[in-house]
Amino acid sequence: MPDFLLELRSEEIPARMQAGARADLEKLFRKEMATAAVSLGDVTVWSTPRRLALIARGLPDATAAVSEELKGPRVGAPPQALEGFLRKTGLSESQLTARDEVLYAVTEKSGRATIDVLAEAIPAIIRAFPWPKSQRWGTASLSSESLRWVRPLSGIVALFDRAVVPCQVSGIAAGRETLGHRFHSTGPIQIDGADDYAAKLRAAHVIVDHAERQDFIREHALAAAHAEGLVIVADEGLVVENAGLTEWPVPLLGRFDAAFLDVPPEVIQITARTNQKYFICRERTPEGAEQGALANAFICTANIVATDGGAAIIDGNRKVLAARLADARFFWEQDRKKSLSEHAEGLSRITFHEKLGTVADKVERVAKLARWLVEQGIVVPANAGTAGRIDASSASGGQRSPVEPGTTELADVAQLAEWAERAARLCKADLVTEMVGEFPELQGVIGGYYARAEGLPDAVADAIRDHYKPVGQGDDVPSAPVTVAVSLADKLDTLVSFFAIDEQPTGSKDPYALRRAAISIKNLVERNSLRINLFVASREALTNVGISLVVAAARSNPRIDEILSKTWPNFPAYHGGIGEIAVTQLRGEDLTLWKSDVLPAIAPGWNLLAPGRLSELSESLRSFIFERMRVQAKADGLRGGIFESVTTPPTVIDVYLITQRINALQAFIGTADGTNLLAGYKRAANILKKEGVVPAQAGTGGRIDATSASGGQRSPVEPGTTNELSYTPEPAEKALMDALDTAGPQAATAVVTEDFAGAMAALATLRAPIDAFFDGVTVNDPETAKRTARLSLLARFRDAVHGVADFSKIEG
Amino acid sequence: MSQPSAPLSFQDMILRLHAFWSAHGCLILQPYDMRMGAGTFHPATTLRALGPEPWKAAYVQPSRRPTDGRYGENPNRLQHYYQYQVILKPNPSNLQELYLASLAAIGIDPLAHDIRFVEDDWESPTLGAWGLGWEVWCDGMEVSQFTYFQQMGGFDCKPVSGELTYGLERLAMYIQGVDNFRDLAFNADGVSYGEVFLKNEQEMSKYNFEVADTASLFDGFAKAEAECQRCLDADIPLAAYEQAIEASHLFNLLQARGVISVQERASYIGRVRDLAKGSCQAWIAKYEAQWQADYPEWVL
Repeated sequence: MPDFLLELRSEEIPARMQAGARADLEKLFRKEMATAAVSLGDVTVWSTPRRLALIARGLPDATAAVSEELKGPRVGAPPQALEGFLRKTGLSESQLTARDEVLYAVTEKSGRATIDVLAEAIPAIIRAFPWPKSQRWGTASLSSESLRWVRPLSGIVALFDRAVVPCQVSGIAAGRETLGHRFHSTGPIQIDGADDYAAKLRAAHVIVDHAERQDFIREHALAAAHAEGLVIVADEGLVVENAGLTEWPVPLLGRFDAAFLDVPPEVIQITARTNQKYFICRERTPEGAEQGALANAFICTANIVATDGGAAIIDGNRKVLAARLADARFFWEQDRKKSLSEHAEGLSRITFHEKLGTVADKVERVAKLARWLVEQGIVVPANAGTAGRIDASSASGGQRSPVEPGTTELADVAQLAEWAERAARLCKADLVTEMVGEFPELQGVIGGYYARAEGLPDAVADAIRDHYKPVGQGDDVPSAPVTVAVSLADKLDTLVSFFAIDEQPTGSKDPYALRRAAISIKNLVERNSLRINLFVASREALTNVGISLVVAAARSNPRIDEILSKTWPNFPAYHGGIGEIAVTQLRGEDLTLWKSDVLPAIAPGWNLLAPGRLSELSESLRSFIFERMRVQAKADGLRGGIFESVTTPPTVIDVYLITQRINALQAFIGTADGTNLLAGYKRAANILKKEGVVPAQAGTGGRIDATSASGGQRSPVEPGTTNELSYTPEPAEKALMDALDTAGPQAATAVVTEDFAGAMAALATLRAPIDAFFDGVTVNDPETAKRTARLSLLARFRDAVHGVADFSKIEG
Repeated sequence: MSQPSAPLSFQDMILRLHAFWSAHGCLILQPYDMRMGAGTFHPATTLRALGPEPWKAAYVQPSRRPTDGRYGENPNRLQHYYQYQVILKPNPSNLQELYLASLAAIGIDPLAHDIRFVEDDWESPTLGAWGLGWEVWCDGMEVSQFTYFQQMGGFDCKPVSGELTYGLERLAMYIQGVDNFRDLAFNADGVSYGEVFLKNEQEMSKYNFEVADTASLFDGFAKAEAECQRCLDADIPLAAYEQAIEASHLFNLLQARGVISVQERASYIGRVRDLAKGSCQAWIAKYEAQWQADYPEWVL
């Protein structure tokens, strides 16, 4: 069967658009062929900067004949209906076929020659091509209806078997002539068909298969590095981009002045990569590719085999890189003439958000919050150890109390608090440096370098460098305590600030990336096993925002500042309890001014600090973070309902505890015991629901004694204990009672001590007894006493399970 | 054209380009006698890119970018430099080949140097204009901009013009193999670019950054705006467009003086754009009937 070749030649297609264009070409071609019922074998698409190519194998010579039938009016329908149908079909009445009293128009469509189908399809594909950006050109562009393409389209090769497919688009007729390499080939090349296309182009210095060019670049760049005793810094994006910029790639290694290696390697890398599309190299070390120092070498990918072997090309590229590195070194030297704290002063000139003040205001809040996170024991020094802290055998549980004086950790904690606050104050300073102005993507990284260069402790410099992390799911999550404190404080502040000004994400709109911030918070907490009450932390962060807004309002008006300072002696250090402010201290004129001038001016911050508003917002923040956790858990493949089962009602607001419960429950539900216990639970819960026995209020809090099965609400059945039975229980009934007597308290204790695996193990012991109970005991016994007692027993069972998690939420 | 034995001087390079484009049918125009940021601002490009009439022109345009001044200290940043500008309407289908031939004419051998067309879409917010094209790389250095104009002053270009902009100093530094603009051979008799222009860079950098009276600049901007409107009212769009050029340069100077905040910046650009668009609109309105008569297939 014949093959089909299509080549669409144009002026240089942007490298970044080529992959999409290949996919679109194949999609449009398949669609056209499917519509015309042309069967296809393999379809291959290729691209170079100057052409898109498609080869389809095994097409039929012609499509099969088809008979199409169109239903018309009933026989004997009014004449108007018949006339309308005849007009529509273009037939006469005698040509219609009657069947079951209905008229049909039957048209026999003979098969079409595939080449004719292709002749129509090619212009249709070209006209429908969805380039991200397209243009008009040339004389035809006198009309705005003229053909659009990514850059001027200059030629079409369309060959079905060995025949030219006769078609044309906008004055460009399809043929068999194409062009080779722009500089290494002259004159047109005649293509016979799909089979000689790639070979003839190769002879004209064009490797048409993009994947082959990519392989070539990868291998030869590597070889060039190895020849110099270097390793290449792998960069697949650059491989693809360079393959999209060349038809005949020639990687060439050059050297730049080693003096530029004083500049941070990230700067060299970004200059070489983004601006010049060069690969960079490291020195080879026994430890591996990532370990070696950056080498003063670059690899550019030329598009020609140069007459001088590439010497002029390497020299030219070296000069361009040197000029760029000279700029970078100039910034590097200029910036370091000022300390980071001097740079930080410039942040007061950058607006963070018009309703949230400057970046300097934000930095102030983050610094306070970072210190608070340490002082509250949420972020602890590294040597305090994380594993021991959450030792399940320790019954203390819950929120860690603030560090008490006299403990051995004190010095470390004080140090950590100081460093966290210091790093936070400097973490945004690099935003106003020349270097970050030139390379915005290096924010943080540059600050880290400047911090180290001015002799700040490594922990502080690292925190400045890494505090933006994690940026979304999958990014590295910091674990160094100073970094964790600053990163968490920064993200919490961002999140609560925008909630405070009612800028929550809605639908698909999340302009401030708050969903990502929430997930980053969750990841920081999980990775570092932080014990944080989200409600309390949100409240603290919100209070900072409120105070910050009041301060900003006061700063803008000296008179307001003066009056505020009378009513608020500790202002701006004052913290909390705003609702009780002694407005009564004001007398006469002051009080009038307070009402007329001060209050309206400070309203945004003042209103935020009202206790009711603080609580309301803290709760919506908690629920927002929970919702993000739920969505993320679902995306990560967590079984449906498990997240809800440990957060309903939301009495547990410790993210770490929730994660622990989820992990233990997910593992348990996966076991045979778990599956069967869940089935037993559902059966029990259904019976109880039918009988109107409502669950105890313990929920998933697990804080109340799970052995007490008394529901919080009145139920028609008063659950009792074995001692009160007025009859002799069945063996299976007795066995369940005994099992509950043991497992109930065990599970409850395990929950309190945060030993969730232990809680699951306790529940697992109930599996056999509950199965046996349902097998051997009739709940709905005619004797009321038995029925009531058995329902209470089931209620005890249900409530014991609820003490660990609300199994009713688990799907399946 | 064979490769010259010795690298071309700055002025010889310009003469070669003039000869090349003249031979390809371009009018060789002289620089526009106003201060402007780029050759595109020359009415021979902006206004002539509108309407259906064919147009081919080439010229050198002194270009002023006050914020790029470095007091002559930076080897390749200047507040005043030269662009070689070619505009061909409609763009011929072999424009890339013509461009490459012009590089050969000034001594760049495409089998020794790596010439590449790298995506770079052009947009001028102050002119309300955009186009698709490339920056042309020679051994990794951007030596030209190559653009197919799609819109000018907010109007579709019908037909599309091809615009070539050569950065003359960069190209000359490349051809002559020098690392500092001062060392460029201006002519073949030993006069350097630095001898001609270093004082200019030093003094004008000082003027742009330190001396220019910001009150007069703001005042001048407002006056140019008003004058532009008066010209539009008098139906002299070319004169109106000159005021847009003036306002644009005054805005650039105000930026160099650091007196325009980030928020204000967008608003000033919008004001200049309004002047440029208004002038383009008036230009079209004035000649539309004639264009339609001469080119019946053309519609606005």
